[in-house]
Amino acid sequence: MAKLILSVDGTVLKEISLAKERTTLGRKPHNDIQVDNLAVSGEHAAIITILNDSFIEDLNSTNGTLVNGKPIKKHFLQNNDVIEIGKHKLKYFNDTPVQNAAADFERTMIIRKPSAAAPMAAPASPPPPSGAALSDTLTNMRPMAATPAVPPPAPSAAVPAVAPPAAAPAAAAAPTAGAVREAAIQVLSGAAAGRTLDLTKNLTTIGKPGVQVAVITRRPNGFFITHVEGTLFPTINGATLGGQAQQLNDHDLIEIAGVKMEFFFKP
Amino acid sequence: MAFARFPKSFLKNNFKLLLLQVFNGFGWTLSGRKERCLNTAKRLYGSDVDNQDQMQTGVRNAVAHRTRNASSGGSVALTDALQIISVSDPGRVRGHNEDCVESRPDIGVVVLADGMGGYNAGEVASGMATSSIASGLARAWTKARIGKLSREDAAALSQSILQEQVSIANRAIYDTAQKDPQCAGMGTTLVVCVYYDNFLTVGHIGDSRLYRMRNDALEQLTRDHSLLQEQIDSGLITKEDARQSHNKNLVTRALGIDPEVEAEIHTYDVVEGDIYLLCSDGLNDMIEDEEIQMTMIALRTNLDLTAQQLVQAANDAGGRDNVSVMLVNVLKSFPVERGFWAKVKSLFA
Repeated sequence: MAKLILSVDGTVLKEISLAKERTTLGRKPHNDIQVDNLAVSGEHAAIITILNDSFIEDLNSTNGTLVNGKPIKKHFLQNNDVIEIGKHKLKYFNDTPVQNAAADFERTMIIRKPSAAAPMAAPASPPPPSGAALSDTLTNMRPMAATPAVPPPAPSAAVPAVAPPAAAPAAAAAPTAGAVREAAIQVLSGAAAGRTLDLTKNLTTIGKPGVQVAVITRRPNGFFITHVEGTLFPTINGATLGGQAQQLNDHDLIEIAGVKMEFFFKP
Repeated sequence: MAFARFPKSFLKNNFKLLLLQVFNGFGWTLSGRKERCLNTAKRLYGSDVDNQDQMQTGVRNAVAHRTRNASSGGSVALTDALQIISVSDPGRVRGHNEDCVESRPDIGVVVLADGMGGYNAGEVASGMATSSIASGLARAWTKARIGKLSREDAAALSQSILQEQVSIANRAIYDTAQKDPQCAGMGTTLVVCVYYDNFLTVGHIGDSRLYRMRNDALEQLTRDHSLLQEQIDSGLITKEDARQSHNKNLVTRALGIDPEVEAEIHTYDVVEGDIYLLCSDGLNDMIEDEEIQMTMIALRTNLDLTAQQLVQAANDAGGRDNVSVMLVNVLKSFPVERGFWAKVKSLFA
């Protein structure tokens, strides 16, 4: 569950769990978080929590609310955001991983209004039963999640094109393919001879549209070439490409639509 | 400066939601559970649920069917006009596939469902949904019934038949879930398209989507029935912030949860060259719309590869959910000829 740590001048005053749908903050005593300081309005701000997401809204306070130094009216709180109200600071903690949750957390679930359902549980009770065990110590969820934080091993090593399920976490840890070495192709023959094309996109098509086209895909475990269209298939180092994707190695020679080109990894 | 407050009605209506479909404890022999669910379903609703090639557990299955050319008299045959590709993959984290896809090229029907609830009941629900709706449409959406209608009337009829078939499937899943404790709480999302006379009627429930690619622009035609989408609509959260939300995967409407359900149904004109993409959230949660668009543009000459590439991209991005992709390529327009000449032609056909 998300929480706020209230502090002033670096001294922690208290910790507030955002268990309620609406947590109010202000100088008056009826607020959930009372901050007794004249810089704080009677009803200063409210924090709305919907399941695992929290939003802060300034309730037209006299001196305003800052989040990470910027005045806000309404703000979708992110882990480690710092809310400033006068001299008081509230740091927002929400360790629930956005995407790396345990597999069960990711399952699609149906929600509906309480009128249609039986007993009301605590408003923000986490969805799956495993959540009960996880709710106090969300930070401990990481080991259970299928995605270790370590980056995948050097991708240039020969990795099977279709990684077995056991190898999947490595791929999951590199969603942006940031760990892939940069590569390019250099045209060796034809009108464009000498030109270099950086393979910066996930998909790069090469060849002549309508005649012979292949695509080079950038994946977490390297670069792969696949035939797209045309009756003739391209050749790699003189051997004709099959119907399946083939991984490219440094200095592979590609011939497509009568043009030779070389694939290479950038230093 | 006026600024929209949090809409109170939204919070009142939506916040105190109960999470209904929690998982029923620990699943034991997974195949046993599924077997029993299936048997009940079969007992109750005939063998329609039997022939599901997607119903294998723990097996990585990518099915790709391609429409065969088959000629039928009169107007352009749907099988000649539409190229349909389907791929369904369990992804990289889940052991089995709860998504289900089915197509009936002869009547221009494609169905995709993403099951949920229980350890295996999800795929029972999605399997029942796709087979019930596909076979139901095959029975209800016949030449005899629509042949004489104007285009407008055919479109209206397609909407009502779709709603009717969705209700039948919903009832079947709901009843099975009620009768068989192994299937308790199962449900499924749904997106189904019916193509006819240069239009398509789409029905959807939940967060499975239909996109349309026209003139290299990708447009999402369905709007998710999900908590996140409601938050976006009410202005609580921006579309950009939504990617950071912790409340993904919560649908507000599903098939098989309540005795009655209403599908959202719309009809759109279809133009030659359009490519339609039906997908489960395993695709659009893992990769951005821009990447989907880029892939579809780059590889449009080879749709089999496009579908495989989309699934692969979702898996490369983590593959945390089952991924299903159906592509419908409009090779040519498929108007239905009407009037005197059509009748004369049909005499000689």
